[in-house]
Amino acid sequence: MIIELLFFVVLLICCFLCLYRIARGPTVPDRVVAIDILGIVVVGFTALIAVETGKDFYMNIAIAWALISFLGTIALAKHLEGKSFDE
Amino acid sequence: MNNIIGYIIIGIGVLFNLFGCIGLLRMPDVYCRLQAATKCVTLGICFVLIGVVVIVGFNPLGVKALICMVFILVTSPTGAHALARGAYKSGVKLWKKSVCDKYKDKESK
Amino acid sequence: MKRFTLFFISYIIWILLVLPLDLQTLILGFFVALIVALLFGKEFVENYKRLWHIDRLFWFLVYIPVFTYYLILANLDVMYRVLHPDLPIHPGIVKVKTKLKSRSGRSVLCNSITLTPGTLSVDIEGEYIYIHWLNVKSDDVDLASKEIVEKFEKYLMKVFG
Repeated sequence: MIIELLFFVVLLICCFLCLYRIARGPTVPDRVVAIDILGIVVVGFTALIAVETGKDFYMNIAIAWALISFLGTIALAKHLEGKSFDE
Repeated sequence: MNNIIGYIIIGIGVLFNLFGCIGLLRMPDVYCRLQAATKCVTLGICFVLIGVVVIVGFNPLGVKALICMVFILVTSPTGAHALARGAYKSGVKLWKKSVCDKYKDKESK
Repeated sequence: MKRFTLFFISYIIWILLVLPLDLQTLILGFFVALIVALLFGKEFVENYKRLWHIDRLFWFLVYIPVFTYYLILANLDVMYRVLHPDLPIHPGIVKVKTKLKSRSGRSVLCNSITLTPGTLSVDIEGEYIYIHWLNVKSDDVDLASKEIVEKFEKYLMKVFG
């Protein structure tokens, strides 16, 4: 269907805007913010694929991706702060 | 009928995503970017997942979408908070036209 | 009792995740939730008994529509600022005061502040929260607290207070 294709294209544009910020970002925290946002946009992608195909294991991938992306963001933020992970 | 309502909700969510990513490009410093991007993208993904629930109904896929929405709503602001703190501690300055900075007083004490 | 609360919550999440139920996944989930409860029971929230109070859960359910209203308002506001050609923002970091005592209440308050109009919590120190505000109206502690915190605090006091 044409409208689903349109959603995918708009989400792809979002991904490319994030990638532009990752490539250009003047400081390191800019890049980390863009990586965080990219992780959340990918969850939307996976949810759209799940509703397109009707298979529910894609939603498992979305949940796992959301949690692991959160862990990565926290680890990078702690690294920026100059601490190790368990402080 | 459910399909049409669901697709309209997903469309709203995708538009919010797009505005969030435009905010990521246009804002002048890290903190403003974090604000625009986190809020718009979180609400956008929530709308997308609600649209998925409206389309498929309350079968396993829909329940998983609701759980994923709760996870995103809990984790995304926590990540943003940690990132803002990390950015400030790593020495990124506020935008030059900023009005006030109360946090600096505490750091210098 | 603390461990039992954690066991109960993780078992419910397991059941929701594997929803077409059969006996195998139920038994496996029982053991997984048991291991989780034994390993992480000590580090669970300190006032765990409040999770069983029905009236607090009721006030939390009341809090959700209020929060959703401010969430959508926040996004329309940010959308206006992003799309406006002149970028009408006056950012700055202000300091606000909260009356909430418990740690989980403060973290829920911080998360709510982060998701609502133009505010982002940067650090928390005792009863003061440092907030990055996209459109600073006043840098006074009391006025800023009234503007940002009060609308959530009166509901969260009933849930966590």
